[in-house]
Amino acid sequence: MDFWRVPLDAADVFVTKGVVHILEERCKGCGYCIEYCPKSILTFSSRFNKKGYHPPMLTGATDCVNCHYCEIICPEFAIYSVEA
Amino acid sequence: MTGKKKQTDITPAHPLDDLIRTDRIPHIWCPGCGIGTAFSACLSAIKRSCENLNNVSMVSGIGCSGRAAGYIKLDSFHTTHGRAIPFATGLKLAKPDMNVIVFSGDGDLFAIGGNHFIHAARRNMDLTVICVNNLNYGMTGGQAAATTPHKAKTTTSISGNPEDPFNLPLLAYAAGATYVARWTILHTRDLTESISEALSRKGFSFIEVLAPCPINYGRRNKEKSLDSLKLYQEKSIIKNGADPASVDLDFQNGIVLGTFVNRDKPTFYEKYKMINGLD
Amino acid sequence: MSKAVLTGTHYMTGDEACAEGALAAGCRFFGGYPITPATEVAEHMSERLPGVGGVFIQMEDEIAAIGSVLGASWGGVKSMTATSGPGFSLMMENLGLGLVTETPCVIVNVQRGGPSTGLPTQGAQADMMQARWGSHGDYEIIALAPSSPQEIFHLTITAFNLSETYRLPVLIMTDEIVGHMSEKVTIPDEKTIVTVNRKAPKGRKDRFKLYQPGEDGVAPMPAAGDGYNVHVTGLTHDERGYPVMTVDAQREMMNRITGKIHKNLSHILLNERFMLDDADYVIVSYGVSSRTSYAAVEELRAMGIRAGLFRLITVWPFPGNAVKELAERVKGFVTVEINLGQIHLEVERHVAGKTAVKLVGHTGGTIIPPEDVVAAVKDISGKGV
Repeated sequence: MDFWRVPLDAADVFVTKGVVHILEERCKGCGYCIEYCPKSILTFSSRFNKKGYHPPMLTGATDCVNCHYCEIICPEFAIYSVEA
Repeated sequence: MTGKKKQTDITPAHPLDDLIRTDRIPHIWCPGCGIGTAFSACLSAIKRSCENLNNVSMVSGIGCSGRAAGYIKLDSFHTTHGRAIPFATGLKLAKPDMNVIVFSGDGDLFAIGGNHFIHAARRNMDLTVICVNNLNYGMTGGQAAATTPHKAKTTTSISGNPEDPFNLPLLAYAAGATYVARWTILHTRDLTESISEALSRKGFSFIEVLAPCPINYGRRNKEKSLDSLKLYQEKSIIKNGADPASVDLDFQNGIVLGTFVNRDKPTFYEKYKMINGLD
Repeated sequence: MSKAVLTGTHYMTGDEACAEGALAAGCRFFGGYPITPATEVAEHMSERLPGVGGVFIQMEDEIAAIGSVLGASWGGVKSMTATSGPGFSLMMENLGLGLVTETPCVIVNVQRGGPSTGLPTQGAQADMMQARWGSHGDYEIIALAPSSPQEIFHLTITAFNLSETYRLPVLIMTDEIVGHMSEKVTIPDEKTIVTVNRKAPKGRKDRFKLYQPGEDGVAPMPAAGDGYNVHVTGLTHDERGYPVMTVDAQREMMNRITGKIHKNLSHILLNERFMLDDADYVIVSYGVSSRTSYAAVEELRAMGIRAGLFRLITVWPFPGNAVKELAERVKGFVTVEINLGQIHLEVERHVAGKTAVKLVGHTGGTIIPPEDVVAAVKDISGKGV
């Protein structure tokens, strides 16, 4: 974004970065995290977990903004993010 | 399996793991079932609102949602069908300072347990009642419930449900509940906020959570779990303070969500002490 | 605060004496629902409990009443409810929950004539088999049968002590006649009343197992809020309390909930033997029916027939071995009860054809007159009716 002048706190404002952790064995493949990730950085992996579901995987982990939505929509306690 | 490190050794902990009986995970709920999300919201709210976790307990009835008590790593009671509220009432009166949460389903709380619900609300028993409404009896294979929409198909209404469902917030309000809210699992931040608010206040609090039952309800009504969530997204209207009489569930024209009632009234125990001249 | 133990001599009904016994035992929660002829227990508790720091709540039905009692017990408070036939029927499912979750509490059934609404204001003893088998599934239960207001007072304390010792709901099977009868009740000094509290867990909380029994077959029990994070379920569960749907888990759990009773029969079985030592004929009776049986024994003795009374105070578990032993040496048994033969079936089963057995029973509404008992004993003794 362009500013007509540089805000005084510009140096302090930053978008949070997150790291997503996936506990694959807990996943049942509902796809909620994938569908509702605001940055669309999740997708189904082609791997199976031991229950036979395809857990999510990251497409571009660096875009995570640590919003935690995947963590709170997941019915399985199988995904969460922490601040990078 | 030899030589491989155990899953638990290498994966970091989920932020709610300290409140879950992780040795019982994965839970029994089906893929796409919304109960897990509602349960997760409840745990987050407990973390947020309750300082002393020893002073929090969960009571459930029977059914899919009733299994929640088996997964929370706090004092938890999985009682008989419909009777979570009476059990919770006794527990609360034995431990008046304890935060007692009733977490159960629509069939348990409003069909077989309906009488207990209205009386606990009338007494303003200091309980937080969370009802996961998945519109049918899931555990037994998808039968019609007191919340099943008119014309919806279930295994006991294969041509469509001839009955009309309850408007749960109106029922709760009419019975005397002092806090009434409705959210969906998609609105999980609002839901967590709402449960948190309920846990922090005194009196009978009721929160209805709409949640998909893709396997038993969805399958027969051509609604996959993501379809349910999209329906919640597209049809929801947040109207805090809405008249509970106006919030009949209408999946075609609009699902009204929000905190509908938040009023102060003395609780049963406060009134009991006052009437009997105690403290 | 008022006194929990009203030491002194009183004139009170059986129902009131039951309530006073509960208070003396340490009961501080009552969840009730009005029903004739048990209402007075609830009324008395509603008047007395607030003054001793307890809670009375009138629930919306008997299902809720027993539900609240179980909840309060897990809150660490000794709890009770009282009802009669129709309410007792409604309580059966949660009675099973109390048994399988090993929850101490006391349930009073002031019996009236049944089935259904029956004879609300008149006594009977026709719920005895329901007390034993009314909830679904196998289990063992303890049921006590008081025969007077004085005895109700004491047996209510005993019922609480047994329930706390063995971690289970204990039934007091009284009846309308004893419940509504007014008699002298002497309440002893508080210091002489023995009360038992459930065994508290010891050791590390994270290693605690909710259903790991001690040597007596009974597991210690924490209350909610003690920090043990217990999980309590009506599903078949293992020692941790976790649901386990296996044949082994079912067997182990059932062995535990029945074994703790089998193991401690000598402590649980209470009875009175009146002129039984040299008796040829045994009158087996309990509760109000035993009151008229004393007179029958005396009358028979006066006629030269050596009769004696075996009065059951603990009706369940049934003292089968005692009956078996008696059957080896006596000439006949007469069971006296206000029903069409319930405990009589147990007597028959344990006598097992070794000697004569006869029922003196009738449908509810009135006591068994001593002359009926005398006639029955004369009949089996071959001395004519």
